[in-house]
Amino acid sequence: MKFTLSEEQEMLRKTAREFLTAKCPKKLVRQIEESEAGYSRELWQEMAELGWMGLAFPEKYGGGDMTFLDLGVLLEEMGRACLPGPFFSSVVLAGLTILDLGTEEQKLEYLPKLISGEKIFTLALSEPGYRNYYAPSITVEAVPDAGNYVITGTKLFVPDAHVADYLLCVARTKPDDEIAVFLTDAKSPKISSTLLKTISRDKLCEVLFDGVSVPKANILGQTKQAGSVIQKIIERAAVGKCCELVGNMQRVLEMTVDYAKERKQFDRPIGSFQAIQHYCADMATDVDGARFSIYQAAWMLSKGLPCTKEVAIAKAWAAEASQRVMALAHQIHGAIGVTMEHDLHLFTRRAKAAEVAFGDANFYREVLAREMDL
Amino acid sequence: MDFGFTEEQNKFRQEVRNFLEDEINKGYWQPTCDAWIQGFDPGFTKRVAQRGWIGLTWPKQYGGQGRSYIDRLILTEEMLRYGAPAACHWFADRQIGGSIVAYGSEEQKRELLPKIIRGEAYIGLGMSEPGAGSDLASLQTRAIEDGDSYVINGQKTWTSGGSFVNYFYLLARTDPAAPKHKGISEFIIPADLPGIKRIPMIDITGTEAWNDVFFDDVRVPKTCLIGEKNRGFLQALQQLDYERSGMERLMGNYPLLEALMQFAKEHKLSQEPTIRTKLTQLQIEFEIGRLLVYRVALVMDEGRAPNREAAMSKVYSTAFEQKLANTAMEILGPYGQLLGDSKLAPIRGMAAHSYLASKGYSLQAGTSEILKNILATRGLGLPAS
Repeated sequence: MKFTLSEEQEMLRKTAREFLTAKCPKKLVRQIEESEAGYSRELWQEMAELGWMGLAFPEKYGGGDMTFLDLGVLLEEMGRACLPGPFFSSVVLAGLTILDLGTEEQKLEYLPKLISGEKIFTLALSEPGYRNYYAPSITVEAVPDAGNYVITGTKLFVPDAHVADYLLCVARTKPDDEIAVFLTDAKSPKISSTLLKTISRDKLCEVLFDGVSVPKANILGQTKQAGSVIQKIIERAAVGKCCELVGNMQRVLEMTVDYAKERKQFDRPIGSFQAIQHYCADMATDVDGARFSIYQAAWMLSKGLPCTKEVAIAKAWAAEASQRVMALAHQIHGAIGVTMEHDLHLFTRRAKAAEVAFGDANFYREVLAREMDL
Repeated sequence: MDFGFTEEQNKFRQEVRNFLEDEINKGYWQPTCDAWIQGFDPGFTKRVAQRGWIGLTWPKQYGGQGRSYIDRLILTEEMLRYGAPAACHWFADRQIGGSIVAYGSEEQKRELLPKIIRGEAYIGLGMSEPGAGSDLASLQTRAIEDGDSYVINGQKTWTSGGSFVNYFYLLARTDPAAPKHKGISEFIIPADLPGIKRIPMIDITGTEAWNDVFFDDVRVPKTCLIGEKNRGFLQALQQLDYERSGMERLMGNYPLLEALMQFAKEHKLSQEPTIRTKLTQLQIEFEIGRLLVYRVALVMDEGRAPNREAAMSKVYSTAFEQKLANTAMEILGPYGQLLGDSKLAPIRGMAAHSYLASKGYSLQAGTSEILKNILATRGLGLPAS
């Protein structure tokens, strides 16, 4: 048992933090938020040159041969820095799915382009409906037509669809009612992406597939999948998102403690008042609980161990713990924390987005209930 | 990073489980909540001692096993899982032995450690007093030098160890003139000396697990002093970290958690949405707590005192146990109030007992408020009030 980073991971963390502190200051984060594209092409290129996109991919595709756990360390730093852009979409949602499901030919075709940063990828999974996010109930249809499939339907909350080159679409094939992941050309005229305006300004899209013709060869893995493929995609995504989230939470804790030491009222730092001290103690507990459970899940995913239970525990906890942390952070910061000028909102808004992405606490409590045979 | 156990550790865990299951099958005892603090069973303690499982982390030269705190955590986790009656040796094993190892003289180590390891020394904790709870340093029990002895006068309260103890660990004031933190010393004294009077305290569960202990001109040899005179408070601080560090804060009521899940399934209550949510949330919070406690052992194995980490895990864990008891009561409804020996009591009345017992968890061994202060000031560097 060891809850601390290896030497290599510590190195990765350190260099990532240094790079992002220098290259992704809050001023840039704010600028990019307001942009339509949602990322800086320059920063994207630099990240690719550092080998970040390819970190967890095998060398033969141009990757760094590191593990999902190592990627988690990097994702934590990205969350800490509020890094905007399609890294998560490209690498975690799409790239790891291609790595998991694709044929060797498909991997050789697409992964190098992804890893070099040349092409941007994303994954379209969620669909409209207030309840059916919670079930892997896919209604977007793929109907056979000669050597192709024709995809029709709406996907929702697809990150970065509007800038992506490739869209992995999880669809239900007819008439056999199987699930398949289709590699589609995001620039196809029959795919239209509408940018949604979200709290966190992350670039989530509504994507309409209006009879998009996709060659059979573009089915990932060339086979249809059981519903369990969706489970694996969601588990990786949820844990990856949690890694970002714990970076966010950790930074918020630090900012809040620093503020409590600095801010004086009644001739003393507010951090000397017991109420504030207890709030900070509670925040630290929430952050540490999130950290260990998230890295436990990431470690198990790295080892290829079944970890549905541990993923559920990590996300369910982090989702609610992050809300407590943000609430206390705001309470301790006082009025300045609710200005746009202060940086706290950058974190709060992103924490909310992470909370509801890939299953919230209620979703994962139900997942756990089934694992427990309740 | 590694969230798994080694093969040896898995084997060790299985060995402990086999032992405990065998004991239960033989009818020696049954799984009980809070058995680590209320389950006094010298026979069980001796059988555990025979396996070499007391003093696991202590140096081999004194009869210990020289093993890691993670190993001890695996052992105690299983003891708690099975609700085993380990109270006779728990305090000596958890903290007093460690104090002797850290500060004791060679003679003290050679005399006391083997006795504890053999399951023969049952040590009660004499720290709190009626006027000194959270403010432990304001304790008034005096130990005044007189020739080859100290003469002790005063009163200790909430002295754990019940009526079985044959030794007391004692914090007493040896220099009334010094600033209060700097005039305290540690002693380990035989419990049957003339002038010592024990009166059982009955807590709100109706159990006697603590005593009031009165010291009336009790004469103890100077060899009972542990470490340096007047440095006892500082010496004790590390012990307090150990006292807070363990899995018993999270799993003292594990038999209730298991029984509740089982009960809910059997009676189809777990299909009801609000109950389902409560049960899964309990499980989540348990697993988080488990990781926090394991982290404490990892810190200890690094050689650091787990000051902030044990404060965190104890606050968290005791809140969990209170929630567990409250949730059990909610789920059981009116049946929850039936005590163990009542007709119709579900799950042996464990919910009722735990509900009452849990009121004390956030108070004993450091109140949650004190511990949050420690976490905030020592851990996060916030300025003291």
